[in-house]
Amino acid sequence: MSQPYEVERWNTRARITVWAFVLGCAVLALAPLWGSPAFLSRSVVLFVYVLLAVTWNALAGYAGLMSVGQQAFFGLGAYFTIRLSDGGVPVFAAMAVAAGAVALVSVPISYVMLRLKAGEFAIGMWVLASLLHLLVNLDPLIQGETGISLLALNAFDPKTRMVVIYLFGLLSAVGVVAGMLLLLRSRFGAALQAIRDSEEAAGSIGVPVFRTKQLVFVFAALGAALAGALWLASTVSFQPKTYFGIQWMAYTVFMVIVGGIGTFEGALIGAVIFFVIETLLASFGLWYLILLGGTAVFFALAFPQGVWGYARNRHGWFLLPIGRTLITREKTTGAE
Amino acid sequence: MSQLVVENLTARHGLLTAVKDVSLRLDKGEILAIVGANGAGKSTLLRAIAGSHGAYDGHVMLNGAPLDHLKSHQRVRAGLALVPEGRRLFATMSVQENLALGAQVGRAGAWTPARVFEVFDNLVKRRHSRALNLSGGEQQATAIGRALVTNPDVILLDEVSLGLSPAVVDRVYSIMPALRETHTSVVIVEQDLGRAMAVADRVICMLEGRIVLEGRSADLTREDIIGAYFGLSGQQAQKEPVG
Amino acid sequence: MIDVVVQGVLLGGYYAILAAGLAFLYSVMGLFNLAHGSFAVLAAYFVVMLCDALGLDPFLAIALVVLALGVIGVVVERLVFEPSTRGGPLLSVLATFGLSVVLDNAMFQVFGANTRSLAPYIGDLSWASWELGDLYVGKLAVITLVAAVAVLGGLHLFLTHTGLGRAIRATAQDADTAGLVGIDPRRARTIAAAIAFMTIGLAGAALGMRATFTPYSGTPQLLFAFQAAVIGGSNSIWGTLIGGIVLGLSQTIGAEISTQGFFIAGNLVFFAVLFARLYGGSLRLPALILKRKV
Repeated sequence: MSQPYEVERWNTRARITVWAFVLGCAVLALAPLWGSPAFLSRSVVLFVYVLLAVTWNALAGYAGLMSVGQQAFFGLGAYFTIRLSDGGVPVFAAMAVAAGAVALVSVPISYVMLRLKAGEFAIGMWVLASLLHLLVNLDPLIQGETGISLLALNAFDPKTRMVVIYLFGLLSAVGVVAGMLLLLRSRFGAALQAIRDSEEAAGSIGVPVFRTKQLVFVFAALGAALAGALWLASTVSFQPKTYFGIQWMAYTVFMVIVGGIGTFEGALIGAVIFFVIETLLASFGLWYLILLGGTAVFFALAFPQGVWGYARNRHGWFLLPIGRTLITREKTTGAE
Repeated sequence: MSQLVVENLTARHGLLTAVKDVSLRLDKGEILAIVGANGAGKSTLLRAIAGSHGAYDGHVMLNGAPLDHLKSHQRVRAGLALVPEGRRLFATMSVQENLALGAQVGRAGAWTPARVFEVFDNLVKRRHSRALNLSGGEQQATAIGRALVTNPDVILLDEVSLGLSPAVVDRVYSIMPALRETHTSVVIVEQDLGRAMAVADRVICMLEGRIVLEGRSADLTREDIIGAYFGLSGQQAQKEPVG
Repeated sequence: MIDVVVQGVLLGGYYAILAAGLAFLYSVMGLFNLAHGSFAVLAAYFVVMLCDALGLDPFLAIALVVLALGVIGVVVERLVFEPSTRGGPLLSVLATFGLSVVLDNAMFQVFGANTRSLAPYIGDLSWASWELGDLYVGKLAVITLVAAVAVLGGLHLFLTHTGLGRAIRATAQDADTAGLVGIDPRRARTIAAAIAFMTIGLAGAALGMRATFTPYSGTPQLLFAFQAAVIGGSNSIWGTLIGGIVLGLSQTIGAEISTQGFFIAGNLVFFAVLFARLYGGSLRLPALILKRKV
């Protein structure tokens, strides 16, 4: 006799979403053929935001690790790129290798950081970022706060450079989004949800709590490092203060909390919302940062589920198949 | 006039209704025991009366005044004290400090920390020990003392014998004559039927959130209560014959 | 060398005052206030404003600002801490982080980018020193250390020897049960927040007198306070003082080694202590009160 239910992991809407996503990626991949240089360069900015938001959401929203120190990995990603490029590694390869190196570096760091709880972890990460900032300043190549430029980029003509940076950004962003989806659909996804509900209970039923958190920590470090390398490629100059600055966390927190922390779609929506707001309001200078901070406080206190969480709870929406839905088969239940 | 009146009280734990439409009265100086199986709603009822359960439907009145809009600390000041299940002492504070906290409420009356040390004389030598270093019986005595020094008109005792040996339980219950003396009204939730019937003037039995039996201890037999306890008495017992 | 040690210990006095409010709030409410440093800087600006615009005596101004910070503490407790802790410790991280972003940038908007200091208003106190043999000991630094001991000692006596202090400790351990013994947990938390913020006011004044500050000085102050609290990390209130002194010592010794050594040594000692605690037993939090139920 078959079981009286089946586990649904796909449905029509999810298939449509995934095909639309694949199609969208294809269209974007061809953008160098149809997009203006301005389009390409603004897109790179959006990719940076997506990288930060999606991976921080994995960290804070799914693993409950509320880091306010991801700028440590963002800055390190850029710094390693500079170092590798200076050492003779081809510049675009240097970006990828740098991000990988940051992910490696984050492994030993995780052994200390992941032992800290909630607020301690948050400030501990911030301390880590400030320490790495100081250490990077010591490198004579960087010349302290003066910084240095990624001169190797000058070898390319502006058009080619833009296209390669754009494709690198697109690939990173799509890779991180797809990686996140795969992560959530794998057994780690279920483990993460168990940990989010109760770390103690998850541990007691054999969920590898530390390993799972560590995986997400490294994933988030990789995402931030890719974002840092990408930002370096698009702005060329490296000043430690800008890269290790707390404003990156202000942006990231805003994106994720407004979009809907702990929801897969929320981080993406938050990145887009932030991108639009930033495009419209960046000229207002600091008032814009005050507004960002204020909105984050408001959402945290009054609307913690965010825009997407609200829509999902109210309308039962979801775009992508992450969970498992039980469908009871009424006709095939065991005979009375 | 009844000292404590509970009218149609319904309290929920999420989707589960733990207490369903319970009404009871308690006269001044009376001792009432509430018995029932685990999950019958006894603790929830006490916590709702004390204001530490959160929202509930129905009414609680003390000395004729409604308490429904008061928080737990305001109910203590009005003269209602709960000794919670599991004792819940402040672990890193000494016995003396735990008692001082209750006495801080400032209701006048016969109960002072000194009086508590007289009644529970085993606490005297533990006066400066942290609560977490006390034995179960000493912890329970401290918890009762901490409630008494608020000089309540009504004291609610939730499972005060839980996890204690019979000799220690005797010691804890040695407080009862002193409560009679001060005309303090008492509601006890007790698993031990024999003890409940011996101590209380009246017994209420709860089953699945409702009161299924109520009577004077003297008028009830152990069998009456056990029947109600398992839902086997009266109509239910006839409807669903065992076997 | 003795000079370096003395300077380090004195600097530790400042860190102890700075850390007191952060550790106190954490032990009472279980939340780290990420806007801690920003409020200290705000307090420093308030003192400058009172001295500058109204020509008040600096010590009168400090007293007023300490009171004002107490009021701000009440407001922040009701508007931010209380609603955010209902949603768990993670939301309070987000909310206080957002608050720090707002405060830092609002201060920049209002007070501008210039560095400020209280030094011009306190006469020779900012540079005067006592001479002990070959050693020059700054008067201000000594006063700060004495103030730190007084603040921490006062907090300790308040928590252990007053009814209100007991009520705050009871609320920190178990707010539900505190209600059952007649304590109003909301009132206890509010008073605790006011006290914590008053120490922030004092820390801000100390910051303004001993150094210059800008609207963005809040971040390092938060990190120093956190490091001192974690290094101190004992269950006694005096741990905060020890943590402050260890941090101050490592910074001044580090500064002897290289110009960047000041900050790096502090950070390294912090991580070394953290690592030793994490792997040498359980992490002892900078808690003044153990949060454990019987």
